[in-house]
Amino acid sequence: MKKLQNSLFITRQKSYVHKQRETIVVEQESEKILQIPIHAIKSIFCFGNVMVSPFLLGFCAENGVGLAFFTEYGRFLARIQGPQSGNVLLRRIQYEKTKSAPLDVARAIIAAKIVSSRSVLQRHIRNYGSQDDVVKVIGRLKHNLEQARVDPSLDRLRGTEGVAAANYFSVFQHLVRVENDAGFAFNGRNKRPPTDPINAMLSFLYSVLGNDISAALQGVGLDPQVGFLHTDRPGRDSLAMDLLEELRAWWVDRLVLTQVNRREIKARDFSQAVSGAVTMSEAARKALLKAYQEKKHEEVEHPYTKEKLPIGLIPHMQAMLLASHLRGDLECYPPFVYR
Amino acid sequence: MMVLITYDVSTEGNNSQKRLRQIANACLDCGVRVQYSVFECEVTPDRWVQLQAQLFDIYDPSVDSLRFYKLGKNWRDRVEHHGAKPALDIYQDTLIL
Repeated sequence: MKKLQNSLFITRQKSYVHKQRETIVVEQESEKILQIPIHAIKSIFCFGNVMVSPFLLGFCAENGVGLAFFTEYGRFLARIQGPQSGNVLLRRIQYEKTKSAPLDVARAIIAAKIVSSRSVLQRHIRNYGSQDDVVKVIGRLKHNLEQARVDPSLDRLRGTEGVAAANYFSVFQHLVRVENDAGFAFNGRNKRPPTDPINAMLSFLYSVLGNDISAALQGVGLDPQVGFLHTDRPGRDSLAMDLLEELRAWWVDRLVLTQVNRREIKARDFSQAVSGAVTMSEAARKALLKAYQEKKHEEVEHPYTKEKLPIGLIPHMQAMLLASHLRGDLECYPPFVYR
Repeated sequence: MMVLITYDVSTEGNNSQKRLRQIANACLDCGVRVQYSVFECEVTPDRWVQLQAQLFDIYDPSVDSLRFYKLGKNWRDRVEHHGAKPALDIYQDTLIL
C-alpha cells in the first residue's frame, strides 16, 4: 500500500505558489512562507485568491499531485488534470458496467450509507442516552436498509436513499449538543448555498473529501466522472460522489459534530448574507481543515481487508477494491462500513 | 526512510558559496531544513541513491564533509525538538496556510 502523503491547504489570500527545483514554494508578498519537496504532497487545495505558476501546474500533473481551486468559502471551482493516465481497459469495463449493471454497486453503496448514518445515531444514543425521536429514526433507517436491499431499479433505489437521508437529517439537530447556542439550529440539509452553519460545514467538507476521492479514483485508473448511482453530467465527478456516499456520515458528519460539540467552532464564526447564505470565518475554515487533516492520520482497521490503515488512505483502498471488482477479481464491491 | 543530513563546507576558496548553495538545494528537494546545515530527508531507497550521488558530485572531499544519520522508519520516536523554530513534519503536520 502506498504512503499517505500530506495535503497542502492554502487559504491565505494573495499568496503565490510556484515551483523551485523539485519543491513547492509558497510566497506572500515576495516573502517565502513555506518550501517543501513535492514528493511529500498528494494534493494542493487553493481557496480564494491564490496564484499558481504555470510551471507548478505542469509539475503537479507530472507527479500525480492533485490541484484544485475553491472559492474562499469552499465552493469547488476547478481542478487541474494532467495527461490522461491509467488503464484504458479498466475504464472500458467501467463504462460498460455502469451502463449494463449499475445496480449491484449502487446497492452496496447505498446500503453502506444507510448503515453508517444509522451507526452515527446509535453512537449518539450510546454516549448520551436514549432519545425517542432518534430511536424512531434508527428503526426507520433499518426499514430503509431492508428496502434498499430489494429495490428492483436504480430509480427506486435513489428514492429509498432520499427517504433515508431525509430521515437521518430530521434528527441530526439532536446530535448537536451545544446548549444556549441558537446559532447551531439545523432544520434539515440544504445547500447551494447552505443557510446555516452546520450545513455550511457539511458542504465544505463534502466538497474537500469529494476531491480527495476523485484523486484516488484517478490514481487507480478509473474515470471519476462515470458513476453508478449519480448520472453523468458535464463536469460532475459522479463516481467520486458515489463513493462519497459511503463515507459522508462516518467521516464528515461525525467530524463536524465533534468540532461543534467540543466548541472548537462557535456560532459566531459564521456570518449570514442578506440572501441567507452562510459563510465561515477564516479561522473556522482552518480549524475544520485541521481536524479533517488530523483525522486522515488516525488508523482504523479496514472492515473488508482487515488491514490497519490511516483514514486518509480509505478512498484509495475503496478505489482499488472497486477496480478489482470491475476487473472481475472480486465478485461484489465491498463498500466501507465501519461500526 | 528518514535520513538526517549534515554538512560542513569550507568557507575558503572561491567556489565555497556555490557548493554550499548547491548542497542545500539538493537537500531541499528531498526534505526539510531543520537547522542551518541540517536537513531531514524522507527518501525512498532509489531517491536516496540519487541524492547521495548528487551530493558526492557537489562536495569537495578534501575540504568539506557530509554526515548521514539513517533514522529508519520509526524515526519519530528518535527525534526531539526543544526551543525555537520547530521543524515541520511534512508528512504528518497539517499544512494549512
